[in-house]
Amino acid sequence: MAPDTVQPPPGSALPEQAMAPQPWRIHSVRRDVASNEVFSWELRPEPGVEPGPLPAPGQFNMLYLFGVGEVPISVSATTAEGGVVHTTRAVGSVTRAMQGLEPGAVVGLRGPFGSQWPLEQAKGRDLVLVAGGIGLAPLRPVIHAALERRSDFGRVVVCYGARSPGDMLFRDELDAWDRRDDLDLRITVDRGTAAWRGDVGVVTQLVERGGFDRRNTLAMTCGPEVMMRFTAATLERRGLKPEDIFVSMERNMRCAVGFCGHCQIGPHFVCRDGPVFPYPVMEPAFRIREL
Amino acid sequence: MEVIAPQAVDTLIRLLAGDGYEVVGPTRRDGAIVYDRVGGLDDLPVGWTDEQAPGHYRLRERDDQALFGYVVGPHSWKKYLFPPEDTLFRLTRQPDGSFVTEPGISEAPRRAFIGMRACELAAIDVQDRVFLDQAVQDRGYAARRQDLFMVAVSCAEPGGTCFCASMDTGPRAREGFDLALTEVIDATQHFLVAEAGSEAGRAMLDRLDPRPASDAEQAAAERVWAEAPEKMGRQMPADAREVLNRALEHPRWEETAERCLSCSNCTLVCPTCFCSQVEEVPDLEGQRSERVRRWDSCFNQEHSHLVGGAHRDSVAARYRQWITHKLATWHDQFGTSGCVGCGRCITWCPVGIDITEEVTAVRRDPEGRA
Repeated sequence: MAPDTVQPPPGSALPEQAMAPQPWRIHSVRRDVASNEVFSWELRPEPGVEPGPLPAPGQFNMLYLFGVGEVPISVSATTAEGGVVHTTRAVGSVTRAMQGLEPGAVVGLRGPFGSQWPLEQAKGRDLVLVAGGIGLAPLRPVIHAALERRSDFGRVVVCYGARSPGDMLFRDELDAWDRRDDLDLRITVDRGTAAWRGDVGVVTQLVERGGFDRRNTLAMTCGPEVMMRFTAATLERRGLKPEDIFVSMERNMRCAVGFCGHCQIGPHFVCRDGPVFPYPVMEPAFRIREL
Repeated sequence: MEVIAPQAVDTLIRLLAGDGYEVVGPTRRDGAIVYDRVGGLDDLPVGWTDEQAPGHYRLRERDDQALFGYVVGPHSWKKYLFPPEDTLFRLTRQPDGSFVTEPGISEAPRRAFIGMRACELAAIDVQDRVFLDQAVQDRGYAARRQDLFMVAVSCAEPGGTCFCASMDTGPRAREGFDLALTEVIDATQHFLVAEAGSEAGRAMLDRLDPRPASDAEQAAAERVWAEAPEKMGRQMPADAREVLNRALEHPRWEETAERCLSCSNCTLVCPTCFCSQVEEVPDLEGQRSERVRRWDSCFNQEHSHLVGGAHRDSVAARYRQWITHKLATWHDQFGTSGCVGCGRCITWCPVGIDITEEVTAVRRDPEGRA
C-alpha cells in the first residue's frame, strides 16, 4: 500500500535544491587571519544552476568538496551580484582541504537551510549582537541588514570577542563600523599584544557596559556554547527577558533536512528547527551535560 | 470473514512473483528467522518457533506445522525501504573543474512483503513520517515504498520480549496492509483467516480460493486475537514519555552505561531508527565520486562529532539520547512514539538491557534515590 504523501510546507531550500550538491565557483577568496586558518569565499552559481532562495541572515548552506566531503557553513554575507559569502575555519578534514582553494575552483553547494535571526522581531528595538570568534560570521549579515535599514532599529551594539588581535575577522569592516556614529562596536581579546590598546577579557564584560534599553532590546549571540551561556546570563541580569535572547547552535550535520539524526538537541533538529533558537528553547542544552 | 488453506500461502507467493513482485518473507538462516527472497511455502520457517529473552534468541522446532508460529527476528523491513547502504548521488568531474551530479542508482523493484507483524506495519508508518511527511522527502524511500504489496500476519503467540500491546501497535494487524492473515492451528484444524485491506488485496484474495468462515472458525480466530495480548512477555509504562522527560539527569543512565557496550545492536535491529551518515567515496583517478549513505547509530561516538570532540562522549549520554529520543522526543518530532514494542532491542542486546525495565526503574524512583 502506498502511504498518503503529505505536501511539503514552505521550507528553506526547495526540494530540488535540498539534497544534490550544485556546482558554484569561487569568485574571490579572502584570508583574514595570519595563520590562513579562516577563509571567506564569495561563491557564484555555475551557468545552468538554479540558485535557491537568497539565504536569510542566520541560515547556512552545505558546502561540498568533490572527492572529500560536505560540511555545514553559515552564510556570512550575500552580494548584489547573487553571490553568497561563506566564512570557514579550517578545523576538520573537509575544511582543511577547502582551505587552499583559489578563485576559479568549483565547489558544491546546497541550501539554504535552517532558521533565521529574528530581524523583523527586532524592528523598533535596540539590537545587541554578541559574537565570539568565528561566531561573528553568522551575525555579519545581521549587521549588514541593520545598517541597510538603520532607521528600523534603535541603538545597535556589536560586542565581539576574539582570541587575539591577529585573530580578528573582517578587519577593514570592523574599522568602518567603528568609525560610524550609529553603531556601537566593542571589541575584546583573550590575549592582547604590545600594540593592543583595546579591551582584554571575556566578551560578557562588553555586555555589562549596557548602553541599550533593557525593556526594549533584542539580543543575538553566536560563539562557543559557554560564551553564549554566560552572555545570556549577563543579558538576563541586565534585565532582558530570556525570550528576547537568541542563540545559534552548532552540531554535527550530514543531511541538513532532518533525516540523518545527528544534530538533535532534545526534540529539536538543529538543521531544520535551528540553528537560531530563542534562548529559553536551548536553555536545557546549556544546563544539562552532553544533552 | 474468509478462510484460506495453509497451502494458499504458497499460491499467494507464486501469484505475486508471477505478477512481477520480488517476494520477500521470513526464512530460516544461520539459526535465526530473517527476511529474504522466498519462492514458495518451502522457504518459510514452517514448523519452527523462536525463544526470546533479554540477550537471548534460539530457534526450536514446533510440534505442529504452523506457517507463522514465531515472532520477529533480527531483520526488519527497514532494510528494504531504508537500505543499510544507499548511493545517494554520483558525481563526475568536468574538464572545466566543475562537476555533474546525478541521482544514485536506486533500483526500486516492486516488492511484496509476506508475514509482516502488526508492530512492523506500525514501524513503517513511523518511518513514513520520518522520510515522507517532511518538507523534503527522501526520494529513495518514497520510490521503494510506493508499490509495496503488504501481507500482514496477526501474531497468535507473542514472544518473551514483545510489548506491542502496551504500545497499542498490535498484536492484531488492523490497518496499513493489503492482506492480513490470522493463523489458527490445533489438533483438529489448520487454516488462515484472511482480510483484504485494499483493492489490490481484495483482488489477490479472490485468486486464493477463499471460502466464508464458519461460526466455529470465526470464533477460533477471535480467540486468537483476544488471547494474544495476554501472552506478551513485557509491558511499557503508558507514561514513558513523561517519565523520561523528567529524567534527563537521572543517575540510572550512569548505571546502565556500566553494562551498555555501545555496540549499536539495538539501533541496527530497531525497525524505526533512522540515523545515517553520508560518506564520500571517490574513485582512484579522482574523476568520479559517490555520496553513499550508511546506517549510523547514536551509540557511536562519531555520531555527535564536533570540533573539539564528541558532544555525547559518555556512554550514559548516548544511552539517554537513544531512549529519550525513542520514547519521548520522537513524539515532539513526529507525533508518535518511535517505539513499536517489537522487543528486538531487548533480544539482541548482548547484555540484555531492557528498554521497558529502564523506563520502569526510572518511573519507580524518579529522583534516583535508591
